[in-house]
Amino acid sequence: MSTAQEPAVPALTRKDFESDQDVRWCPGCGDYAILASVLRVLPTLGVPRENFVFLSGIGCSSRFPYYVNTYGFHTIHGRAPAIATGLKIARPELSVWVVTGDGDALSIGGNHLIHILRRNVDVNILLFNNRIYGLTKGQYSPTSEFGKVTKSTPIGSVDHPFHPVAVALGADATFVARSVDVEAKHLQEVVRRAHAHRGTAFVEILQNCNIFNDGAFEALTDKAVKAETQLVLEHGKPLVFGKNRDKGIRLGSGLRPEVVALGNGVGEDDLLVHDEQDPTLAYFLSRMGPPDFPTPIGVFHAVERPCYDRALDDQITTARARQGEGDLDALLDRGDTWDVG
Amino acid sequence: MEAAGSNKPARTSKPIETRDAVVVRFAGDSGDGMQVVGSQFTIESALAGNDLGTLPDYPAEIRAPAGSLAGVSGFQLNFSSHEVYTPGDSCDVLVAMNPAALKVNLEDGSLKPGAMLILDRETFTDQNLRKAEYASNPLADGTLDGYQVFPVDITKLTTNALVNSGLSNKQILRCKNFLALGLMAWLFQRPLDPTLRWIADKFKKTPELLDANTRVLMAGYNFGETTELFHTAYEVRPAEIAPGRYRNVTGNTAAALGFLAASRRAGRPLFLGSYPITPASDILHELATYKSFGVRTFQAEDEIAAVGAALGAAFGGAIGLTTTSGPGMCLKAEAMGLAVAVELPLVIADIQRGSPSTGLPTKTEQADLLLAMYGRHGECPLPILAAATPADCFATAFEAVRIAIRYMTPVIFLSDGYIANGAEPWLIPRESELPAIAATFRTDPEGYKPYLRDPETLARPWVVPGTPGLEHRIGGLEREDVTGNVCYHPLNHEHMVRTRARKVAGVAAEIPPSVVAGAPAGDVLVLGWGSTYGAISSAVHELHGEGAAVGHLHLRYLNPLPPDLGEILRRFRRVLVPEMNLGQLVRLVRAEYLVDAVGLSKVQGRPFKVSEMVAAVRKQLEEAR
Repeated sequence: MSTAQEPAVPALTRKDFESDQDVRWCPGCGDYAILASVLRVLPTLGVPRENFVFLSGIGCSSRFPYYVNTYGFHTIHGRAPAIATGLKIARPELSVWVVTGDGDALSIGGNHLIHILRRNVDVNILLFNNRIYGLTKGQYSPTSEFGKVTKSTPIGSVDHPFHPVAVALGADATFVARSVDVEAKHLQEVVRRAHAHRGTAFVEILQNCNIFNDGAFEALTDKAVKAETQLVLEHGKPLVFGKNRDKGIRLGSGLRPEVVALGNGVGEDDLLVHDEQDPTLAYFLSRMGPPDFPTPIGVFHAVERPCYDRALDDQITTARARQGEGDLDALLDRGDTWDVG
Repeated sequence: MEAAGSNKPARTSKPIETRDAVVVRFAGDSGDGMQVVGSQFTIESALAGNDLGTLPDYPAEIRAPAGSLAGVSGFQLNFSSHEVYTPGDSCDVLVAMNPAALKVNLEDGSLKPGAMLILDRETFTDQNLRKAEYASNPLADGTLDGYQVFPVDITKLTTNALVNSGLSNKQILRCKNFLALGLMAWLFQRPLDPTLRWIADKFKKTPELLDANTRVLMAGYNFGETTELFHTAYEVRPAEIAPGRYRNVTGNTAAALGFLAASRRAGRPLFLGSYPITPASDILHELATYKSFGVRTFQAEDEIAAVGAALGAAFGGAIGLTTTSGPGMCLKAEAMGLAVAVELPLVIADIQRGSPSTGLPTKTEQADLLLAMYGRHGECPLPILAAATPADCFATAFEAVRIAIRYMTPVIFLSDGYIANGAEPWLIPRESELPAIAATFRTDPEGYKPYLRDPETLARPWVVPGTPGLEHRIGGLEREDVTGNVCYHPLNHEHMVRTRARKVAGVAAEIPPSVVAGAPAGDVLVLGWGSTYGAISSAVHELHGEGAAVGHLHLRYLNPLPPDLGEILRRFRRVLVPEMNLGQLVRLVRAEYLVDAVGLSKVQGRPFKVSEMVAAVRKQLEEAR
């Protein structure tokens, strides 16, 4: 989407998007970093401030709308995608964002999440995944690892976790990405891409809960090792990682990706090349992670498909073009009528 | 509009007897097209100028086993030369397409003594009798003594009419319903034009079926004229009804039109979020065809998403509507609480059915009143309106939208399967006659606070995203009055709970004075709500005509109740509250007004009969003396 086509908007700054409410996340929460990145991106998008709407469900992340000086709606647990769908259908010109968490989006709201994705409603979804229930003080979430010991699973969880990116791909999402709370530059670029995408943009943001699940992503964010544990996806580029960019992902036997060391006759030409439009590759990437693979971050998948909101709008435009603007008196008289007196 | 001239039947040459009112019932397998012929006979009767009331009655299964008792589908119509309030207690004529259809209706006690039974003789085979659990053939064993039996070879007549049509046997048999309809049209001297037009439209892409159904319809009509089975035709003269243009309308269609009309008069687009559920789905189907009016319908993934989307649309400035039945409204309860908290306009239409759980999905009941009143977490009041008749669904839906906007509140619209599917003639309004609904968005940032209330209605301002300078946040957390900022202060919470309640109670100030039909004071007041209107009206009309001091008050506004209700209750010595539940309004009225009102309950999935109502009121009259 070209920003040149946007209406002229007075230059906005981060300050314009800060609300007057005190931010009440725990000190050290990853949500602060995400808020900072989003506040940095919003003024650059060429959208008038009043056209932004942030909606959320319930959970720590869902307090987000209170801290952004746009229109906002803190709704009920899991239902923000449904409420956002209604808003976007009614007002297609608005820039609609849903902020949610792993419990909100994937547990209580799982149904709404998959349906907004398959419908491809033009809404941006930021899913803060800290793999724990924070606001209810530390129960395991649908992304917590098997065996996780929490207050509600004192001898370990026996739930198999969701992979949010794989869930989104399974629901035929047209834009699926992942970033990390503290990777500000990367996160901001992903958020910009999400905004530019027409259709539902799904962004998983790995986020640290320093109270109930501290260090869940430490291996991914620790400066000493992150070059070895992150696989930064770039469209059209081979899947290379490592501090010395000396490792890559190759397709092994039987469609199984494998990590290979570059050199000794293995070159970048032998590696998988990232293609955001290839659903199979996206699925491979969605299943990668420790201990055998680095964790991919960036845009997994981005394709064009008609948006529900626009398609419905088109039907209305077409109906009006064919039948003319609705005439209520004619409609009331439809069918067999008879006159008395 | 004239259909093919050659098809226009001449008036019969047989003697014609005049009747005041006739109740007919078409019954057959659920695949026999009984709803179609019932609807067509209704339209024919409406065009003949009769007042009428209908009751479609079909099983929950789409196609129960053919010929079985469970698969019987019926359509009852009461048409009259005077005012009609109900589909009629019992039938003068039953058209039964098979033994099961006969048996169900005989057992029902829904036939008058001496009723005419028009039966498809050929279907009374051993196999079909077994399916209908008949030990012997009722045509021969005396079961039908006391009725006028007309065995007609409906199947054979249909087949004969379609000799050389090139249709398969199966296709031919599917035309049988029109043979029956043609015969009934002759018997009651109904105009065939509307049915011919319907056939022409329905089968415009299959000329062979258009021709076949037309031929069969005419064959049925002509059979009536030529057969010696029928010596007399009947006629029901036009009723005296207020002048104007009429159409037949079901409650669900009237509701859809009412919601649309309200959105037009408010100048805001209508948004429907809905999940299919019997008996509400027809509102979704109807509104889905209103695209040229800018109506957006969204078939959601579940009931919760349906109400959520409607609320999101309301936040965006649309008229948010969600339609459902009892089980669905339970699922919506949490989101309705959010709507109460954020004070956005929203209409929740509950088309009640036999409950709890899946219950009797295709049958009627009005047992969701207390759910509507109290079925949410916390102190969560909202206005509740109930429609009384199919046509009344229009005005009640319109009023529900008006209140939702004026008071910035969710509103529950109650209807039920009886009036949702039932039809009656409707004096069609003109758009320009409908009141305008003020629906203004605030755009002035000067002094704006999200919860700064209108002193008269206590409504907060409606500000929609996209309005510069009025950016604000709303949500489910308790908020400070005026500013709308999240606030956990104990006294603020109590203030907000009381303010929300006061706002809803304040709707009473706009409720028009109540109208009591029959006696304005005296022995017995029959207090009703919803679809019991027809039976109560008929009963009270009858008894008041006999000189009894009985009055009828029917409530459209169930929350808040009309401000004059307490005074009216005290004008009568007894108050009887008939309901298709175990006594819900009666409980509210007793609690609110400390009157010794008594309930009259019926929970059989079927509406009250007038005779039941008359008997119950008589008992009260006797006790009052």
